[in-house]
Amino acid sequence: MSEPTAAHEEQGAVISTQGLTKRYRGGQLAVEGLDLSVPRGSVFGFLGPNGSGKTTTIRMLLGLIEPTGGSAHVLGEPMPGSARRVLPHVGALIEGPALYGYLTGRENLLRYDAADPTADPRSRAARADRALERVGLSAAAAKKARAYSLGMKQRLGLAAALLQPRELLVLDEPTNGLDPQGMREIRSLVRELADDGITVFLSSHLLDEIEQVCTHTAVMHRGRLITQGTVAQMSAGARGRLAVTTPDPGEATRVLKEAGVADLVTDGEEVSGEPPHAHELADLNAALVRAGVRVRAFGLRRASLEDVFVSLTGEGFDVAG
Amino acid sequence: MSQAETATGGGPPDSRARPARAVWSLGLFRSELAVTFRRWRTLALLAVLAAVPVLVGIAVKIETSDGGSIGGGDEGGPAFLSQVTGNGLFLVFTALAATLPFFLPMTVGVIAGDAVAGEAGAGTLRYLLVAPAGRTRLLLAKFSAVLAFCLTATATVAVFALATGALLFPTGQVTLLSGTSVSFGEGLLRAMAIAVTVALSLVGLATLGLFISTLTNSGVAAMAATVGLLITVQILGAIPQLDEIHPFLFTHYWLSFADLLREPVYWDDLLKNLGLQALYTAVFGSAAWAGFGARDVTA
Ligand SMILES: Nc1ncnc2c1ncn2[C@@H]1O[C@H](COP(=O)(O)OP(=O)(O)OP(=O)(O)O)[C@@H](O)[C@H]1O
Ligand SMILES: [Mg+2]
Repeated sequence: MSEPTAAHEEQGAVISTQGLTKRYRGGQLAVEGLDLSVPRGSVFGFLGPNGSGKTTTIRMLLGLIEPTGGSAHVLGEPMPGSARRVLPHVGALIEGPALYGYLTGRENLLRYDAADPTADPRSRAARADRALERVGLSAAAAKKARAYSLGMKQRLGLAAALLQPRELLVLDEPTNGLDPQGMREIRSLVRELADDGITVFLSSHLLDEIEQVCTHTAVMHRGRLITQGTVAQMSAGARGRLAVTTPDPGEATRVLKEAGVADLVTDGEEVSGEPPHAHELADLNAALVRAGVRVRAFGLRRASLEDVFVSLTGEGFDVAG
Repeated sequence: MSQAETATGGGPPDSRARPARAVWSLGLFRSELAVTFRRWRTLALLAVLAAVPVLVGIAVKIETSDGGSIGGGDEGGPAFLSQVTGNGLFLVFTALAATLPFFLPMTVGVIAGDAVAGEAGAGTLRYLLVAPAGRTRLLLAKFSAVLAFCLTATATVAVFALATGALLFPTGQVTLLSGTSVSFGEGLLRAMAIAVTVALSLVGLATLGLFISTLTNSGVAAMAATVGLLITVQILGAIPQLDEIHPFLFTHYWLSFADLLREPVYWDDLLKNLGLQALYTAVFGSAAWAGFGARDVTA
């Protein structure tokens, strides 16, 4: 899509923030100087340990709280100023679902739909039914929401986010509380939505979840953004580790060490380490074979986002104080 | 095509053209009413209010069934009690006079206090706001639902009192407080006017409760604070040494509804009551709007 006149607006960015900062009333600095840019059509993984400021950022993007510094644009318009124009095109799941326990699942959707002044009341019932079907809740539609399991509540929350055709979905920890089957379903739903051209902004503290579904990612740490880019760039940034599977780990370790491989770790039949720069891996393999090591598997393991995170922060993935 | 793009510039893409309609935005008001009146809690409160006139009616019937009169004469019990045996319509006035000091406003305090705080506590507030309900619109919807409850609660007392009164006691010409007699039909009209006046008397407290409701994320806390405030005001209103401030207490002119039973109607206190309620509504309505509009919603 060409947008020749959008020069003043970041090209194709569905979400963009400039120096976005939030200090809560208690004095807690939750987000500091955030410059985020979420490209249209991406599945954007917003990653960070507990307490790193993900939910706070999402609250600011959705106009629930006022930033104490900087600015945020969603769908090209300033937030929270343009909330009434922007939010009908944004579906959201924030800090888990919230439902009226005394209403049925379907009635919950009807209520949330009624809250949207751009929603045509004549097609309200049809919208609710379609959303219920989409998240696989049709059978439980007439059940009181207080009798829903956590996973069912999560699905109903997603259904509310999908009541209207959206341009952007903001999902704060969407797989929280789901069983592995439920997680898979959410992931495939996210992929489906992305195929329809919807931008999905998804926060998580599960690194492998981001790796599995996201095209882009940003990493938060103690309220600051440490990096953002495509998932592929990010994993490429951290060098992979060499892994050798062999019944002779002792001999293999000796040979690899001689060849300059650092940080060698032996785990049963697997020996892994950081390969030296500018070294042809095939030569390492040849050296092992020459020394009589029986090599069953030999390869470079791609760095995970976790490796990236640790290499960026120098710390584990722990809660910030 | 490209011309259209140039024309819209950096503005919203075509699909953004889903306009808000004034009529559609009334959906939230309907939804609000449905949510308020479908809760068991609301129905339980209304049931308590309905029980008061029925019990009073039965008690009066039992006590006077041997031909005696109600002990203590005019001074004992709520206003108009002694007239009930003569005309069942007076049970409406008795029941309203009996519930207005506490029962009625307490139920209003519960509904108003919970209105926003309850949604915040349950987390549904954030989803309403991102729907986007709009803070002003949501507050207006809450306010109308609370007003509807004031009217329903008062009507519940009045209707059950009327039914009980008509069933247990004779009806007919109504003797007003000024001694003039009017037809039962006119008496009924005056009873309706009184019910509306009583409902309007509750609006000041309702707005105050709604304001308190925007200050906290705990529905229970807001309800307790509102009802607590009501009790405090009632106590202050009963202390003669404080009569300087009495005219500013929202409860001060509550019982002026009886002036509608005079011929000619004595308007002075009735109008003062409405003015005071309007003042409370303006002050606390603005405060609620200003506070809620700027508030961080983190619950
Ligand atoms: N309402 C609030 N008032 C004061 N401080 C808050 C509030 N909400 C969050 N914080 C603080 O702001 C920081 C960021 O919190 P936030 O909820 O944004 O983290 P998060 O990244 O979403 O974490 P999680 O993965 O646990 O959901 C934390 O230090 C938290 O204690
Ligand atoms: Mg969070």
